[in-house]
Amino acid sequence: MVEARALTKRFGSFVAVDAIDFEIEPGEAFGFLGPNGAGKTSTMRMIGCVSPRTAGELRVLGLDPANDGPQIRARLGVVPQEDNLDTELTVWDNLMIYGRYFDLPRSEIRDRSNELLEFVQLSDRRDSRVDPLSGGMKRRLTIARSLINRPEVLLLDEPTTGLDPQARHLLWDRLYQLKRSGVTLVLTTHYMDEAEQLCDRLVIMDNAKIVAEGSPRRLIEAHVTREVVEVRLAVDADMPSEVARLKRFGDRIEPLADRVLIYADDGDSVATAVNDDGVAAISVFVRRASLEDVFLILTGRSLED
Amino acid sequence: MSTPPLVRVVEREALVYARLWRGLAFTTFVQPALYLAAMGIGLGGLVSAHSGSVDGLTYLEFVAPGLLVASAVQLAASESMWPVLGGVKWMRQFHGVVATPIAPGELFSGFVLWTALRSMLGAAAFLFIAAVLGAVPSAWGVFAIPAAGLCAAAFSAPLAAYSIRLESDVAFPLIMRLVVLPLFLFSGTFFPVSQLPASLRRLAVLSPLWHGVELSRAATTGDFSPAADLAHVAVLAACVGASAVVGVRTFTKRLSA
Repeated sequence: MVEARALTKRFGSFVAVDAIDFEIEPGEAFGFLGPNGAGKTSTMRMIGCVSPRTAGELRVLGLDPANDGPQIRARLGVVPQEDNLDTELTVWDNLMIYGRYFDLPRSEIRDRSNELLEFVQLSDRRDSRVDPLSGGMKRRLTIARSLINRPEVLLLDEPTTGLDPQARHLLWDRLYQLKRSGVTLVLTTHYMDEAEQLCDRLVIMDNAKIVAEGSPRRLIEAHVTREVVEVRLAVDADMPSEVARLKRFGDRIEPLADRVLIYADDGDSVATAVNDDGVAAISVFVRRASLEDVFLILTGRSLED
Repeated sequence: MSTPPLVRVVEREALVYARLWRGLAFTTFVQPALYLAAMGIGLGGLVSAHSGSVDGLTYLEFVAPGLLVASAVQLAASESMWPVLGGVKWMRQFHGVVATPIAPGELFSGFVLWTALRSMLGAAAFLFIAAVLGAVPSAWGVFAIPAAGLCAAAFSAPLAAYSIRLESDVAFPLIMRLVVLPLFLFSGTFFPVSQLPASLRRLAVLSPLWHGVELSRAATTGDFSPAADLAHVAVLAACVGASAVVGVRTFTKRLSA
């Protein structure tokens, strides 16, 4: 569906995307995971044919965005990072107008709009203006709008940023439904739980480059131990000496500002050992390794920074 | 049969207008009536008492076609500044448009076309009220409507092309005060440019509004002079054309960089 070779985007001397390679297969949910400023949005804009590439190769639906932008955009759905709904209009009018941008016949837009409002659970708000809707409702309307042309590929840039947990889960559920119906999903996120929930395969981006690629599980297996022990140290603890002490418990440790992560395949026995050792810890607990840990190990930084 | 992209852009603007038209009725109907009452009847009475006529017309007949185009231009100017910046920066709906098959340049053209059409709606309302007040001696007066539309486009195109590049609206009140208002006052709207000192008279010719007013006045009085009128049309069309070349570029640069 999408194929990139040495894809590069520069703004003046600033390199936003630095010669990345990736391939997105039909029907999969593909993610770009990385912190803000990693180049995810620039990559999405190039795929969405609203930003010309500086160098490299890019094919979207087998076409070249540099020459066939309008034809490609006709077959894409786009959910941007910031909502850009027509706030002066109603929910229904937003769908009608957007459908007209794709030059769909009005009767067809009406049929699809009814279906889509049902799908995103906004049927009862069809005559409401957009302004007073909650953030989650606006996002759902944006998703309904992006589906008006029955896109083959749906591009979602940070789809749940700024939403409360309930709204996020509802959105994930809808996206999962879409994936099951065969739509290829391409999304960016800086939430590792979102990437784990939604993505079949993902690339981790940092500083304009791709640093790792694979399914969430494969990435964790390849780069991290099975479990992680989080040791939260007392406020007055002597960090360097405690860190030195903790080193011998795991394959690898990662000291953070307020806690130390110990990577180990058997977390429980490490936790017991740490407790028995009398480390100045407020809490010690064991969790499964996540993509957050993959990112931390690959870049030395946390995703939320 | 596919609908040209710029028409699809106009459809959106027309729908917003249709939804909001009640709120806009005041500016469309009441404002021209106020202008005509104050300038044409109030001031016009004074002019008639002193000199009788302006260029062989009653003052009301003289000022109505000028005000018609001037108010169309004022509307077009403000509609091509704040809403353009809003579309790219505040409400951001322009970004939603260019994610569809519609290209930034088509969005620009559609936007300017709509502004011209909307100005023509206002001009039609103005013409109607002016005719009721006896300010339109000739049936050719209907051609004042396209003259106002063309003149509105000659303001809308350069202003939209400029506004899309901005990050804030601080420049807009200045443009209204230092560009649009002086043109409004000195483009043969309220008095013939022949009243101006010779040096300023030559400057008035540079004002797109003056060309629009001349065309509009030729229409409402039925007093055409083909060569001059064609020249007015050509100047206005050239303003639109040149600005369109720039506008397609600035819209493309801002919306798909």
